Amino acid sequence: MRAVTVVGASLAGLYAARELRAQGFDGRLVVVGAEPHHPYDRPPLSKGFLTGDCAEPQLALSDAEEAAELDAEWILGARAHALDARGRTVVLDDGRTLASDGVVIATGAFARHLPGPALTGVHTLRTLDDARALRRALVHGPRRVVVIGGGFIGAETASSCVALGHDVTVVEAAQLPLAAQLGAEMAFVCAGLHARGGARLLTGAGVTALRGAGPTTLGGGAVTAVELSDGRLLPADVVVVGIGAAPNTGWLTGSPLALDDGVLCDDGCVTTLPQVVAVGDVARVGGDRAEHWTSATEQPRVAVRNLLARHTVETARPLPYFWSDQYGSRLQFAGRRGEGDTVRIVEGSPDALGGGGFLAVYERAGRTTAVLALDRARPFTKVRRALMAAAATDREAEREGEYMEDAARAS
Amino acid sequence: MIAVCRLEDLPAGESVRLDTAPPVAVFNADGELFAIDDTCSHQDASLSEGWLEGCVVECPLHAASFDLRTGRPTCLPARRPVRTHQVYVEDGVIHVRLATAEEGSAA
Repeated sequence: MRAVTVVGASLAGLYAARELRAQGFDGRLVVVGAEPHHPYDRPPLSKGFLTGDCAEPQLALSDAEEAAELDAEWILGARAHALDARGRTVVLDDGRTLASDGVVIATGAFARHLPGPALTGVHTLRTLDDARALRRALVHGPRRVVVIGGGFIGAETASSCVALGHDVTVVEAAQLPLAAQLGAEMAFVCAGLHARGGARLLTGAGVTALRGAGPTTLGGGAVTAVELSDGRLLPADVVVVGIGAAPNTGWLTGSPLALDDGVLCDDGCVTTLPQVVAVGDVARVGGDRAEHWTSATEQPRVAVRNLLARHTVETARPLPYFWSDQYGSRLQFAGRRGEGDTVRIVEGSPDALGGGGFLAVYERAGRTTAVLALDRARPFTKVRRALMAAAATDREAEREGEYMEDAARAS
Repeated sequence: MIAVCRLEDLPAGESVRLDTAPPVAVFNADGELFAIDDTCSHQDASLSEGWLEGCVVECPLHAASFDLRTGRPTCLPARRPVRTHQVYVEDGVIHVRLATAEEGSAA
């Protein structure tokens, strides 16, 4: 393989570039990024970066020394526009074309917006530029902040806004935020963090419209309030829309790749074209699309191995893991929780949210399926490791089973 | 000089965090004592809560690993070392001598 193009210059794209070199690829390596910035870490954007505890240089994922080692051509501030039918040419929106023997798709996801005219004071939080703009809006004394969406971005942003002294209301359409991730029981417990931290949480509250005042010719004006489906009007100077993200697959429309809420890949991150792999938020690997930091760092190793081998020689099903920092507490979750799993508190108490935290395990038929910790990093790591080991054993057994079936068919 | 705890109160495989500024983590790695800065150089997490294996501690947040002998990261995502500090036992009590800003850095 002589030329590989990595489309996407964020966490997964950088890790893919690293893996290409680490696995011996010595050809032309081009990394294309839609944003003008070199790869940076997103998790601090809603936390330390907003509060001012983490300065911009600390977000950098790489340095000059590594850049020299990687020996990649960086094309930043250029969006991919199309992939040709054979998956060998990446076309950029400025008309440039990049000929490749292999393509790594790492175009990530974009923040969902609310419909309606654009108003100043309304923010999303996905990119560094988003975070810079929101930070600028938060430095001028106390503001009334309404955060729409009680997911991780919403909760972390709300927490940061409270820390900065703002008056914060979180609006969540569902009856409970994070119920899909944590299950109702633990989601209920974690929702208590908002009140403990000093933010209001309104659940079961749909947003019908954002109200604005000022110039209207260009649809402009400044946001003044958030209108809820029950008619309530929440006055707001700043609104943060944290209603999830959608995979950046628009540029692949018309390519032969199969798309369905992400780029469809097998368990080895390989798409319907063997010379094209996908990693990170944009990839639906083996039926799952995970917007987790750990997936973006773990998938590239396997994806690159399969790309260089030109077919799937290794599969990856990393144990899902995510964490969130809210109101001075650290929440960590690992595993695959199923509906109906029972929850058992192993350490601490969820009643005393702030007081030392707790460790909870999810169980089904006598087996641990997942683990949740609030401020209990050490025991959490222990259970997470056990889950990883169990998952590896299961995969081994599965492979063994497939082998036996093949052998039975062959005989 | 900071007295940490009695030697028998820090069995092999265990660690303790000192509330110094910045905080320091002291480890008993299979009988050998080490002290390093407690905060992971990648992102805010306490290495004293990490996973200890031989002379390497893995950060509990993102699995960055550090060699306790040198403070150097042994894998990503950490890229910068953490400071190391001298540890010694006197009259059965573990002590740490904090490195100055210039010392202790493996960089």
